[in-house]
Amino acid sequence: MRDAYDEAAAAARDGYGRLVAVLAAADGDLQSAEDALADALERALRTWPRDGVPANPAGWLLTVARNRQRDRWRSAELRRTAPLVVERHAPVHLDDVDPDAVGDRRLELLLVCAHPAIAPAARTPLMLNVVLGFTAEQVADVFAVPRVTMATRLVRAKRRVKEVRVPFTTPDRSHLPDRMADVLEAVYGAYVIEWSTAAPEPRRLPPEALRLAEVLAHLAPDDAEARGLAALVLLSSAREAARTDDRGRFVPLAEQDPTRWDAARVARAHEHLRAAHARGALGRFQLEAAVQAVHCARRAGEAPDWATLRRLHEALQRVAPTTGGAVALAAVVGETDGPEAGIAALDAVGDRAARYQPAWAVRADLLARLGRRDEAAAAYDKALSLTHDPAHRDHLAARRDTLAASSLRHRGRD
Amino acid sequence: MRYALLLHNPEPAPGEIPAEGLAEMERLFAEYADALVHAGVLVAGEVLQFSDATTTVTRRTGTTQVQDGPFAETKEALAGVFIIEVPDGDAAIAWAEKCPGATYGSVEVRPVATSIVDGAWTASGPAA
Repeated sequence: MRDAYDEAAAAARDGYGRLVAVLAAADGDLQSAEDALADALERALRTWPRDGVPANPAGWLLTVARNRQRDRWRSAELRRTAPLVVERHAPVHLDDVDPDAVGDRRLELLLVCAHPAIAPAARTPLMLNVVLGFTAEQVADVFAVPRVTMATRLVRAKRRVKEVRVPFTTPDRSHLPDRMADVLEAVYGAYVIEWSTAAPEPRRLPPEALRLAEVLAHLAPDDAEARGLAALVLLSSAREAARTDDRGRFVPLAEQDPTRWDAARVARAHEHLRAAHARGALGRFQLEAAVQAVHCARRAGEAPDWATLRRLHEALQRVAPTTGGAVALAAVVGETDGPEAGIAALDAVGDRAARYQPAWAVRADLLARLGRRDEAAAAYDKALSLTHDPAHRDHLAARRDTLAASSLRHRGRD
Repeated sequence: MRYALLLHNPEPAPGEIPAEGLAEMERLFAEYADALVHAGVLVAGEVLQFSDATTTVTRRTGTTQVQDGPFAETKEALAGVFIIEVPDGDAAIAWAEKCPGATYGSVEVRPVATSIVDGAWTASGPAA
């Protein structure tokens, strides 16, 4: 049997976001909701080992936390500044509280985190912090930002939620699509690092964080894009083990060993994609997930279905045009129509891609296939100059050196 | 081509950043330095003491004047300098973007005009 400490920790982990959402919905004060919950957890750790674990741990925590909040509301300091509200200030009794009956307010909480009044850079960290219960330190590590900076950013965001009085409600139909787009964007932001010089790259995430997209899909099961995003995250994370070889070297998608992909995650992603498809509302995340699904459908040693990939990338550029998408399309065109067509497609992207590392890596590969070695070498050098990750640099340098070696052989024959 | 990455940030008050935070920042800068070295672009890297350790010297008026403190008091102070040798400004901006200092301050990317290399003045130009 698990001891009380583990019970408390498990109740906190599984229900953290649910409890914070319910507690904060009362007055929009995230910080006091978290403080109250922290008090309740601390008390659980003290009393559960002595008195035994309650039948309904989450309900117990919610009750104690609410009573903490009530104590604060009733404190003299607050009574001077805020009027008493009877329903809020009545003591809560344990037997009345059933977190399941209270309802899941996490969608409201996610909408609060992604509210337009919250600085975009703070939205995703806030979600990881209040919905999944990651500490400021853990969130800082995920975003490679100093811990002090992240802690300040989170405190400021929570203060802002309170000051602006961001409502803990689901907006009506006319506003929901816009607001959901912000939520999706912020959830997506947890999974990718988007440098201006590199393609969106998957972050190294604690496994629990993968739940964020699935929580959202669970809370908004009828939102095709929420399903698409969950599928995208699952498919991308399914390939994590295959991205580096046993010596830690970078392995590009086309050369990855499909047997090292996580089949269970791929299968779960397909469930989400099927559900999304049934809604008949195509969007960016579904298309990106479909691209990943096509790559994941490849068998060992086989090329992916380039024709399908091209159609998907073209659709993606119509729905949500981005520099990264345009470069990815050019790479696919290089496969379906040949390297010259790929280069023409890259040229058409224009200046936007001048400082964009993947554009140079793709160009270098296409030029190398055409035998334009000097131009290819120059493009590899440019790509290298924009690459900071040692594994990526080694990969590009190896390609450039292979080219140089074949060039020497070539000249030797002349 | 040489570029100076000039790090500017507000100077924290004593104790404003806990020891743990400082240790973490040292770790992030060490990783950044490793990446610069691995890429073979680092010429020099200097992290400066606080500006209150500065002494400013001038003979502009004909006599030597030595003054405590920086030449100009600014909200953000110069805090460090990285000199890097990269092919072009795109690469320099890309390195500035990765600098840990950019997460709490700003990084000025300034092309070097001429440098003294091995005792001789050398125009900074595209790498041969």
